[in-house]
Amino acid sequence: MKATLQKETRPAQARPVDYVAPEVNIFETGDGYVLEAEMPGVTKEGLEITLEGCEMTIVGNRELAAGPGEVLCRESRDASFRRVFQLDPAIDTARISARVEQGVLTLTLPKSEQVKPRKISVD
Amino acid sequence: MNGLIRWHRPELSAWPHFGRLTDLREEIDRLFEAPMAELARTSQLLSGWTPALDMFEDKDNVVVRLEVPGLKKEDIEVSLHDGNLSISGERKYEEKKEEAEVYRAERFFGRFQRTVALPTLVQSDKVKAQYKDGILTVTLPKAEEAKPKHIDVNIN
Repeated sequence: MKATLQKETRPAQARPVDYVAPEVNIFETGDGYVLEAEMPGVTKEGLEITLEGCEMTIVGNRELAAGPGEVLCRESRDASFRRVFQLDPAIDTARISARVEQGVLTLTLPKSEQVKPRKISVD
Repeated sequence: MNGLIRWHRPELSAWPHFGRLTDLREEIDRLFEAPMAELARTSQLLSGWTPALDMFEDKDNVVVRLEVPGLKKEDIEVSLHDGNLSISGERKYEEKKEEAEVYRAERFFGRFQRTVALPTLVQSDKVKAQYKDGILTVTLPKAEEAKPKHIDVNIN
């Protein structure tokens, strides 16, 4: 089931708001997974992380309005961020933690204790 | 030596002979190879990070905004020279993750540089930069002579 974290689904078509998928890095460590998502302009208040079964949706709402006066050049997009991930069932969803720092969301997804590799000592 | 040159039928004389064909192939190779090599060498198009840049202008200021999430303040450099604003910086890869197994690596780590020509003269000593939520905002107050002026005209 290792590969399941990689699976993603496209945002639903009927949504009224425009979303783009943030760029992510995903690592697996002995203790769990770490997911980093790039969401420039998103604050703590704009984040919505929802879990439904083994599906995790991250939404980063932002209001990147046009600046003052006349627009001379615009490369950024108005869209907010959204991406859906299928979680490894080994993840202890109760202990998922999130923080956002300078536009990068870092999610720590620890594995539950019983699936962690461990050594059994022999008496 | 004239006798050794292949005789062309008059109606086929327009057909390029082998020498010309080789030239053409070399020309095409050059077209494909040279610009690509040059691109890879001189531009960041294929390997670099080009953060999105916005520029706005109102009566008093020119505002430049750059999307550069996940940097440290001290790794950003803003400079002004000859009416060009340069913003460069580096996003450093955190070493603690090197032992981990990588599932996805979409984020770019390394250096970036963006340079933009400013539309007007600015007061270089009053430029302010702010880095918040992964967005760098540089506010450049316009020089007095560049601001629009209202002149009353009396018509007699």
